[in-house]
Amino acid sequence: MSDSPLPAASAGAVPWETSFSKAVLGDMLRIRRMEERAAELYGQQKIRGFLHLYIGEEAVAGGAMQALQAPDNVVATYREHGHALLRGVPMNAIMAEMYGKALGCSRGRGGSMHLFDRSRRFFGGQAIVGGGLPLAVGLALADKLSQREALTACFFGEGAMAEGAFHESMNLAALWQLPLLFCCENNLYAMGTALARSEAQPDLCAKAASYGVSTERVDGMDVVAAHTATQSAAQQVRERCVPVFLEFQTYRFRAHSMFDPELYRDKQEVQAWKQRGPIHSFSARLKAQGSLTEQEFVALDATAKAEVESAVVFAEASPWEPVADLWRDVTTPSGAA
Amino acid sequence: MGRRISYREALREGLREAMQADPRVFLMGEDVGRYGGSYAVSKGLLEEFGPERIRDTPLSELGFVGAGIGAALGGMRPIVEVMTVNFSLLALDPIVNTAAMLRHMSGGQFSVPVVIRMATGAGRQVAAQHSNSFEAWYAHVPGLRVLAPATVEDARWMLRAALADPDPVLIFEHAQLYNSEGELPESEPLTVDIGSARVRRSGTDVSLITHGGSLPKALQAAQELAAQGVSAEVVDLRVLRPLDDATIMASVRKCRRALVVDEAWRSGSLAAEVMARIGEQAFFDLDAPLARVCSEEVPIPYARHMEEAALPQASKIVAAVLALMGVAA
Repeated sequence: MSDSPLPAASAGAVPWETSFSKAVLGDMLRIRRMEERAAELYGQQKIRGFLHLYIGEEAVAGGAMQALQAPDNVVATYREHGHALLRGVPMNAIMAEMYGKALGCSRGRGGSMHLFDRSRRFFGGQAIVGGGLPLAVGLALADKLSQREALTACFFGEGAMAEGAFHESMNLAALWQLPLLFCCENNLYAMGTALARSEAQPDLCAKAASYGVSTERVDGMDVVAAHTATQSAAQQVRERCVPVFLEFQTYRFRAHSMFDPELYRDKQEVQAWKQRGPIHSFSARLKAQGSLTEQEFVALDATAKAEVESAVVFAEASPWEPVADLWRDVTTPSGAA
Repeated sequence: MGRRISYREALREGLREAMQADPRVFLMGEDVGRYGGSYAVSKGLLEEFGPERIRDTPLSELGFVGAGIGAALGGMRPIVEVMTVNFSLLALDPIVNTAAMLRHMSGGQFSVPVVIRMATGAGRQVAAQHSNSFEAWYAHVPGLRVLAPATVEDARWMLRAALADPDPVLIFEHAQLYNSEGELPESEPLTVDIGSARVRRSGTDVSLITHGGSLPKALQAAQELAAQGVSAEVVDLRVLRPLDDATIMASVRKCRRALVVDEAWRSGSLAAEVMARIGEQAFFDLDAPLARVCSEEVPIPYARHMEEAALPQASKIVAAVLALMGVAA
């Protein structure tokens, strides 16, 4: 990627109501500030294990989640803090989960990689690359068989497209005509392996299209494009009951996880992508068209930061799950199903 | 009195009943529909229930087993048929990493009421890649319930209880048993027990602990032993996870000698687990070292005489018991 200059960040007019634009900007800021704080807390050893940050990719969830509806199912990966948050999982519960506390959204058992929220039909937090895809096929199949009007949105990275699970899931979804929205977040690196080093066919839409599904490549750094594409893809899925594949071209600004020394990409490339950062490019467009003032930006940012600080206080105060509960929920307790 | 029925027919009756009882139940797997099931278990069900509910899948074990798990999460009650346990290795990931772990790792938010059936075992000269008994690999995993029906009664009724279980249940059907026949009591059981082992033959000298396709061999061995004056009790584990320690220990304490018959390879086997538990819980009740008859640690060969030599046989069980009893064979 460093050989070819990146396209300039989208600078076109934002065709949205100002209130919606501000809500979307606020969403992206909430993810960004939550994760920046999570990285600090990781340094302080408050958060342990694996921590995969979404920083740089916020426009994808920021745009896509707004196109989903309450009855829809969402399946995500281990880089899912943003998806969980925008699906409505309270930041308090996410932060407490990263702390491993009992008031976390998975009772502290899942951590950063396994955020779940049944009430919001948020099915994780799946940390086997590609593992969410067959699950999403089944959720969509259940909806189709029971004539429940909903779609399943499955988020996965481009690395998952080298897995057999991707191909089997695409085939099943297309063969059975399931209401499934495949959302590939192509951030160019499967951990440290660049796309061109892992895919014989680096055109991901071409791979997906071979299953006879419609596909679209989307500028995943542009929240407007992400929203528009998801909106129209979701409409197709709902109206025609077919799977659709979206490739969001995006970039992670941070390391793969907190253990990653980033030996596989050069700083210039990271800098070039940061020029296209989803938050500042979107807010610049809003300012240019008079939909946002600097004061309003600062206020939105302050709100996000305040929410984060309050989530940290919540997580700190949350109790630990008692060790006596270690065996609870290995299987379903009688009467709980 | 009951009626004579094959293991295969008993399974089919169980499937039909489940499909009729609950519209959320559907069967999917390779060749379950048009072909009638690779072991003909689902023969005729396509005509009765249609292709939505008797759903043929492509050769995608990872995909359709994972989809069964997802459909269970989505409110259905899927029965997923995997052609053989060897093929299920392609679906180990969704079974172990997803189905078994989801409830605990989500803090108790999700149940995964999926039933996964598959054929297991050797004895039909289908060679190395279709002849294994990997039940123990699944029985290793917390969050799964693992069943091994060995009688027509269990073949007929276990599915009902498996579907009523809110958690993932695996059912292992030994391929040698499909053609076997037995008496099925006419009366419907009030409850179907999928928690305990069962004594299939009562005895006093040695406890033969087994499951699945090895049960008929153990019963045959017990009969031959009786002719030689040795009274063997035969315990059918039925449920491989969670293991029913109480029934095992009661039998061992009574007989004071135990031999485990397990068609899997011995290293890291279910036999090893059962023996370890007996060692932990009933060591001082034993009059002889624990023993086992397992498959030889080789890939299962095709040629009949070689396959027979590789597998547990009634004659091997008899010899092992006589050695245990200190009787010269």
